[in-house]
Amino acid sequence: MAGQYLDFEEPIIELEKKIAELKDISKNNGIDFSREIRRLHKKANRLKKHLLSKLTRWQRTQLARHPARPYAMDYINLMCKDFVELHGDRHFGDCHSIIGGIARLEEWSVFIIGHQKGRELKEKMYRNFGMPQPEGYRKALRLMQLAEKFGKPIITLLDTPGAYPGIGAEERGQAEAIARNLLEMSNLSVPIIAVIIGEGGSGGALALGVGDRVLMLENSVYSVISPEGCAAILWEDCKKVEEAAESLCLTADDLFKLSVIDEIVKEPLGGAHKNIEATASILRRVLRRHLKELLSISSKSLVFQRKRKFRRMGVFSE
Amino acid sequence: MSWFIRSKTPKEKLKVRRINIPEGLWLKCDSCREIIYRSELDRNLKVCPKCNYHHRMNAFERIDLLIDDGTFSDIDSNISSEDPLRFRDVKRYKERLRTYTKKTGLRDAVVCGKGTLNGIKVQMCVMDFGFMGGSMGSVVGEKVTRAIERAVSKRDPLIAVSCSGGARMQEGILSLMQMAKTSSALSELYEAKVPYISVLTDPVTGGVTASFAMLGDIIIAEPGTLIGFAGPRVIEQTIKQKLPEGFQRSEFLLEHGMLDMIIHRKDLKKTISNILNLLI
Ligand SMILES: [Zn+2]
Repeated sequence: MAGQYLDFEEPIIELEKKIAELKDISKNNGIDFSREIRRLHKKANRLKKHLLSKLTRWQRTQLARHPARPYAMDYINLMCKDFVELHGDRHFGDCHSIIGGIARLEEWSVFIIGHQKGRELKEKMYRNFGMPQPEGYRKALRLMQLAEKFGKPIITLLDTPGAYPGIGAEERGQAEAIARNLLEMSNLSVPIIAVIIGEGGSGGALALGVGDRVLMLENSVYSVISPEGCAAILWEDCKKVEEAAESLCLTADDLFKLSVIDEIVKEPLGGAHKNIEATASILRRVLRRHLKELLSISSKSLVFQRKRKFRRMGVFSE
Repeated sequence: MSWFIRSKTPKEKLKVRRINIPEGLWLKCDSCREIIYRSELDRNLKVCPKCNYHHRMNAFERIDLLIDDGTFSDIDSNISSEDPLRFRDVKRYKERLRTYTKKTGLRDAVVCGKGTLNGIKVQMCVMDFGFMGGSMGSVVGEKVTRAIERAVSKRDPLIAVSCSGGARMQEGILSLMQMAKTSSALSELYEAKVPYISVLTDPVTGGVTASFAMLGDIIIAEPGTLIGFAGPRVIEQTIKQKLPEGFQRSEFLLEHGMLDMIIHRKDLKKTISNILNLLI
């Protein structure tokens, strides 16, 4: 994962290299560089804060897709204990772009389901680049219905470029699978917390996103269409991705202002990939707080409130 | 352009512009490219007499087709978009909205209301492709949701006629949320055990397919309708191979178990009334 960085991260990477060099020298030669190192650390932190506060929406999108960014399985491993992965939709197959199972999170057992991307080429292909087939959505629904049956809360981790556009996916009803999840999720009698951890790509993300709480990591994005797709259609020019990203208003800040999400989850300085453990522990604490709140609500009012939450979405005049 | 559309654009491109049937005595069918009399096409409910292609209808033509004369009342027609993102691409969204309102006489891409269908009281949602490709933003989502809620409270069957390119990009994430909003409202209709018939007309893709359109108790499509989540061009670009003949057309979906039936336009009204009479 080291060595993978984005253009705008370059000054940070330079400083981090310098710090590592100084540490090496002082270790090998016994020269005390601790003051210099402290100074550079401070500088690097200031720089991270500065660079990340003024990212454009397109840069934020790139950060959300950062190759070193933690994926669903990383969070599950770091936040949960005793994870038991469950497979298959019981109709056709097992989609590797969506994973799910039962695990212990703090004092509760929960069903945790998420989109899964791959790191190396082989794993990327195995995970189909995080683009689920209908079987993935149907597996997710099956697990969510199991959660309901056993009265366990559901946590979903959203991170996908979108549902897979392929022949088989269409043959087996990609649209129906997504639609069914939207309807059924709105009706489940157990708490649902949806977290956008990376890329919230359109209907393929939303199909796991109908939650009592919808949270976004600070550097994640959530959009009706990718900036690339939007540029190709509306600008008829694939190079207009920056303009498209700006227009789409797809960052956590944007979505919070539009009342589409409930909370922005802070990431460590420089982004989630700079400290995966810290990110997972921040998220675990946030989930704990929301779970506590939601578990104190009766299932009837839970469903009522969830429906009302989505009922209110949209801006129009009359 | 005097007598008919004279164009060398490939078939796929032409279809996008199908709405621009020229004023004149003749026109060329977008599907079989035969020349047909406009009056003959209109008499035939806009179905090509040569190849049976079901040309697109606007919302009020569709309502005339399905709802008994003089019984339709248009509801929530005053709802309009607010441009919450102040979206602009090569054009401002506000400007686009004005252009399409002028062109179609509608405020947005769906007409909702109530009426009777062969004497049965129904709630209707009819999408109009002529308004920004029938795309779903906040207004479409809200109007469809209200129609669902009326169907629940009045216990009137709901009929939704879809015709849409998907979610409206110009309203960003709020358009995406309309999928959740309409689907969630439908769960109430399911619980109320009030029939919902979804009618798919060429084309239905993207966010509308992946929400209320595919959630009908009974799903009916017109012949040859393009129905899918991803559009054929996106799929072709992704998998880098040619798509099989008839892919994503209603006949293909019926064969794959995604539809209850394919009904010719001339039989649509009586089929719906027959189903409703059997269900209620
Ligand atoms: Zn024809």
